[in-house]
Amino acid sequence: MPVTIEKAQVTLPSDREVKVTRSFKAARPLVYRAFTEPTLVQRWLLGPPGWSMPVCEMDVRVGGRYRWRWRSNKDGRQFGFTGTFREVAAPARLVHTETYDPGTVGDAHPESESIVTVTFTENSGITTVTTLIDFGSKEARDAAVATGMTDGMEQSYQLLDALLRERV
Amino acid sequence: MKAHASHSLDATFLALADPTRRAILARLARGDASVTELAAPFAISQPAISKHLKVLERAGLITVGQDAQRRPRRLEGKPLGEASAWLERYRASWEASFERLDAVLEALQGKPSVPTRTRSRTRRVRGDT
Repeated sequence: MPVTIEKAQVTLPSDREVKVTRSFKAARPLVYRAFTEPTLVQRWLLGPPGWSMPVCEMDVRVGGRYRWRWRSNKDGRQFGFTGTFREVAAPARLVHTETYDPGTVGDAHPESESIVTVTFTENSGITTVTTLIDFGSKEARDAAVATGMTDGMEQSYQLLDALLRERV
Repeated sequence: MKAHASHSLDATFLALADPTRRAILARLARGDASVTELAAPFAISQPAISKHLKVLERAGLITVGQDAQRRPRRLEGKPLGEASAWLERYRASWEASFERLDAVLEALQGKPSVPTRTRSRTRRVRGDT
C-alpha cells in the first residue's frame, strides 16, 4: 500500500514560536540517527540553495555542544548556529539551545538564544518529526523566519533589513 | 515600500495572535457581519469586540462596508495572503532540507539488504564445497 507523505507544515503556535511538522517513511531510530549523527546531518541540512555545510560538530549528550556552519559556494561567506543539548532522549526527544552565529555574512541578526525541541513519534513505520522553536521574542522569531533558512537568501536579507530598520 | 510591507506583516501577525480575533476572521470568511452579529457568539462585551475589530481594521484584515446603519465588517484577503506567502518561503526551505533527508533515509534503509545478500551468497558458496 503506497504511503503518502505530507509536505512540511509550518504553524505559529504563539508570538515567539514556530512549529515545523513533517513525516518520514522510516522507523524512528533511523530518523533520530539522521538528526543526531553529524555525517548524516551534513547530507541534508544544507541551508539555502548554493550553500554547503562544511562544519557539523555534534556532541549529542546533555550539556554537549554542537556547531553548524554553512558556506556560500559562490562567494565563501559563512554563517552558522551553535548551542548546547539540554535533553537527549533517544529516539524520542531532543532539546537544544540555538544561537545564531553571523560568521562573515555580517548581518545584524538579533543575538538571542532559541530553544529547539524536536520530538519523534512513530506510527506504522512512519515517523513524524515536530520541531518547535521558541525564539524567546516575537522580534527574533520574525527576523529568523525572514532570514537564514529561507530559499532566497538576498530577498530574505532585504526583508530582514526592512524589519530591523523599522525597529531603530 | 519594503518597510511598509514588513510593518503590515507585523500588524497581521499581531492581529492573528489572539484567538477571539481569529474566530472573528473565521466568521467573516463565511460572509460580512455587523458588530452585533459578530459579538453574538462570544461571552464578552460589545465594546471589547469593537476593540478587537479596531486591531483587525488597523492591520487591514477587515474593512467597514457601505451600509451606514449596519456598518458590516468585511474580510480583506490580501494581508493574510502576504503573511502566508512569508511563511511559505520559510516552509519551502524546510521542505527542501526534508526532501534531502528522505533520500538519506532511503539510502540508509537500503543498507541492511547488503549484508543479507552477502550472507546468502556465502551460504551458497559453502554449500557448493
